Amino acid sequence: MSGAASELDKVSTSSRDTRPPKGESDRMFSLVLWLYVGAFMVLLALPLGMLIAKSFTDRGGDWVGISNYATYLSNPARYVSLTNSLFVSSLTALIVTTLAFGFAFALTRTNMPFKPFFKIVGFAPLLMPSVIKAISLVYFFGNQGVLKSWMFGNTIYGPIGIVIGSVLWTFPHVLVILVAAFSLSDARLYESAQALKAGRWRIFRTVTLPGAVYGIISAVMVAFILVITDFGVPKVIGGNFSVLSTDIYKEVVGQQNFSMGAVVSVVLLMPALAAFLIDRQVKKRQRTAMSSQSVPYAPKKDRWIDLAALAFCSLVAVATLGVVAMAQYASLVTFWPYNLSLTLDHYQFNVSGAGWDNFFNSVKLALAVSAFGTTAAFIGAYIIEKSKTAPSLRTVVGGFSMVPIAVPGLVLGLSHLMFINHPDNPLQILYGGFTILIASTIIHFYTVSHLTATSALRQIDPAMEGVSLSLKVPLYRSFFRVTLPISIPVLLEISIYLFLASMTTVSGIIFLYGSGTKVASVAAIHLDEMGESAAAAAMGMLIVYACVIVRLLHLGFGTWLIRRSQAWRVR
Amino acid sequence: MNKMISTDQPGQTSPYLDIRQIKKTFAKFEALKGVSFSVAQGEFLCLVGPSGCGKTTLLRCIAGLETQTSGDIFQDGTNIGQLPVEQRDFGIVFQSYALFPNLTIWDNIRYGIQTKGVTRQADLKRLEELLAMVRLSEHRDKYPGQLSGGEQQRVALVRALATSPGLLLLDEPLSALDAQVRHHLRREIKEIQKNLGVTTIMVTHDQEEALSMADRVAVMKAGQIEQIGSPLDIYHKPNSRFIASFIGSMNMFLGRKIAQDRLSVGDLTLECAADESGIGREVTFAFRPEQVELTLSDESTQNSIPATVIDRETRGATDRIFLSSPDLEGELCADMWSADTLLGTLMPGTPVTLHVPAHAVVILEGHLT
Repeated sequence: MSGAASELDKVSTSSRDTRPPKGESDRMFSLVLWLYVGAFMVLLALPLGMLIAKSFTDRGGDWVGISNYATYLSNPARYVSLTNSLFVSSLTALIVTTLAFGFAFALTRTNMPFKPFFKIVGFAPLLMPSVIKAISLVYFFGNQGVLKSWMFGNTIYGPIGIVIGSVLWTFPHVLVILVAAFSLSDARLYESAQALKAGRWRIFRTVTLPGAVYGIISAVMVAFILVITDFGVPKVIGGNFSVLSTDIYKEVVGQQNFSMGAVVSVVLLMPALAAFLIDRQVKKRQRTAMSSQSVPYAPKKDRWIDLAALAFCSLVAVATLGVVAMAQYASLVTFWPYNLSLTLDHYQFNVSGAGWDNFFNSVKLALAVSAFGTTAAFIGAYIIEKSKTAPSLRTVVGGFSMVPIAVPGLVLGLSHLMFINHPDNPLQILYGGFTILIASTIIHFYTVSHLTATSALRQIDPAMEGVSLSLKVPLYRSFFRVTLPISIPVLLEISIYLFLASMTTVSGIIFLYGSGTKVASVAAIHLDEMGESAAAAAMGMLIVYACVIVRLLHLGFGTWLIRRSQAWRVR
Repeated sequence: MNKMISTDQPGQTSPYLDIRQIKKTFAKFEALKGVSFSVAQGEFLCLVGPSGCGKTTLLRCIAGLETQTSGDIFQDGTNIGQLPVEQRDFGIVFQSYALFPNLTIWDNIRYGIQTKGVTRQADLKRLEELLAMVRLSEHRDKYPGQLSGGEQQRVALVRALATSPGLLLLDEPLSALDAQVRHHLRREIKEIQKNLGVTTIMVTHDQEEALSMADRVAVMKAGQIEQIGSPLDIYHKPNSRFIASFIGSMNMFLGRKIAQDRLSVGDLTLECAADESGIGREVTFAFRPEQVELTLSDESTQNSIPATVIDRETRGATDRIFLSSPDLEGELCADMWSADTLLGTLMPGTPVTLHVPAHAVVILEGHLT
């Protein structure tokens, strides 16, 4: 009798669904995941949806279908910006990738002297807002520039200026990717090639290049996205050469035409999105390039190659340092080019709408973004990577986390402006305040922070969570006790990235600041717009100095913290 | 106790762990195809099999780290098949040790038994005993990174046992270690397991490890258990060609069974272990290389096989002789003690006679492929 009953019982219990059973930490994690979904809805999905919808309405808000796009495309004066944008972005991407390839090669594959110095110089542009580079170029090659003769009668205000300026500021971003690509190489491949008597050039062609090819494609795509979505350089040095990003700004700030601003935004979104998708495809393939059995490559001495590398890197270093030096000089000269005596007057900002307040706002914003952004990115990445809670919810949050990198800052900022200014939105009270600036900036830089956290978390043994649960310690306790302390180095890395990015960014916030929250990078653009180049340079230099100081403080604090908390790493 | 297994018969103790019809499907891949077995209280069971056979998936289902597509798991009479990990009663040791790198050895092992940072006096005493048992007492304030692999794995074992779990799960615990450490740790784990009497399931791909440590061995292949039994049974009475070739090595040939205890192959007639089945049919028979006796004379006794030496391989304690026989088709080898003086006379081409005792000749299911 009971046997039959148990048979029945077996049937009923064995055909249940296979969703993992829920524990205490699972409930907590799914709650947090829902919070992320909510935040992404409010800060990403709804604003972008609204922006796209706006591109189908007229100024009054009535639905007009694709007629805005028809207007846009039928006006050569407008869509020329698209071809302009594509042109300068592609050209810049090719040039900067070539230069950074040489630089990365020199850093990783030669025995060039002074490598640490060149590494610092190579990444130094990260500390400068793009307006600094543009102003420098004007002082070098502008109408009254010191090296105007080098332009052979061409003007720096236009595509030439945009390309040079863009190369300068995207250089470190591309360098990061290529250095990583070159570091991912197995010395045994080179040894095998040498054993097979392949010459130097053949090895470069058959081993070095194929190994780095995904990195190169990725670098080109990233450079392309950075340039096409950048606003600072074309704004300052573009002259009459219009590009998509400056068009959006003109439509919205100049003409108050939000619909057309939205149309141009959607147009800008397309190439950026395409480049992003290509980059993702490429990255997927790159993963298997190196196994744990690989032996890292150590370059051999080669006098001529080392010398050539030194010469090349020195040139890049001179250009990079020249840009900062010129910006510094520009901010100190009384009245260029007529009165070259030095003064600190420009740092007084006796111009309406600009002042030291802007600088302090920048620091406040950067600190807040750094603190909250690091926390948000790390917790999000942790739950996605380490918990088994609600697989579909984790997929959604993971997907959302990848979106911001494909959305140009200017488009994101505009969408936030439209969203928060909507009369029915209860969040309207946030307009012009710090909260929206902070939230918008965090979202803008979320993907990189998320990916950095994710890759660090992936290096932690996945068995750790299983052990913790088997010991009946809920995951959130192990998170604070183990995962977080282990991850201090990556938290430091994300926090400084977010700080520097927030200090120098323009595009994300130029639509969102209020009277009391204008930041230095935006103020510099406005000063330049008003013809106050020297004050703009001064404002830019404040950002540079703040970035340098914080970078050094961070380095000191980080070293101290790592020494204190990571004692277990020492064997 | 409505959760008790209702098929219990009075007087018969129920198994501590009862796995019933576990199936696990990943997308389209069937990792487990309905696995059932049970483990008695205090028993040490090894799941062994080639990579991809589903042994680790099965262990993870028992732990709750993976959820089976269907099937039930009863532990101590309770169906735990749908419980979250933290509500199950087990300790686990992974191949990668998975010690918390930022905590000292002492903090690692008391991780599961402290509430709000406090450890009870009784627990402390137990931990100290456990730590002493694995001879790591003087290392308690070190970090995992400062210990050797074998020491780290011993710490992981203590940590898993610290909560006095009813079930100990070992997921390839020795696979990341050097051969010497591995052999030593085998005995140590086995001894601790026996002393504490904790029911244990270990997953390994190393058949020697399985045979030397387990009370019972379950050999898995392609999501199913092929054979389950004592190490001696598995070794000496393999029930399939797969088991015969996976556990140790075996000479395998096709022959015709002509009587209960007689085979015919080529011009030979061989005696085998008596069995009713398969008479008159073609069967696979097998014998182990170490059960072959090799002589130079060509005197024909019971089960003599004429053969010629092809090659020789030194393996340490034993030498393996590769042979060919006109009557047997396929690879044939014999193991001899290295100290055997006969070895010196064996050169490629030397004619020899092999003698295989009848009880060593096993009939296997399945055919030569």
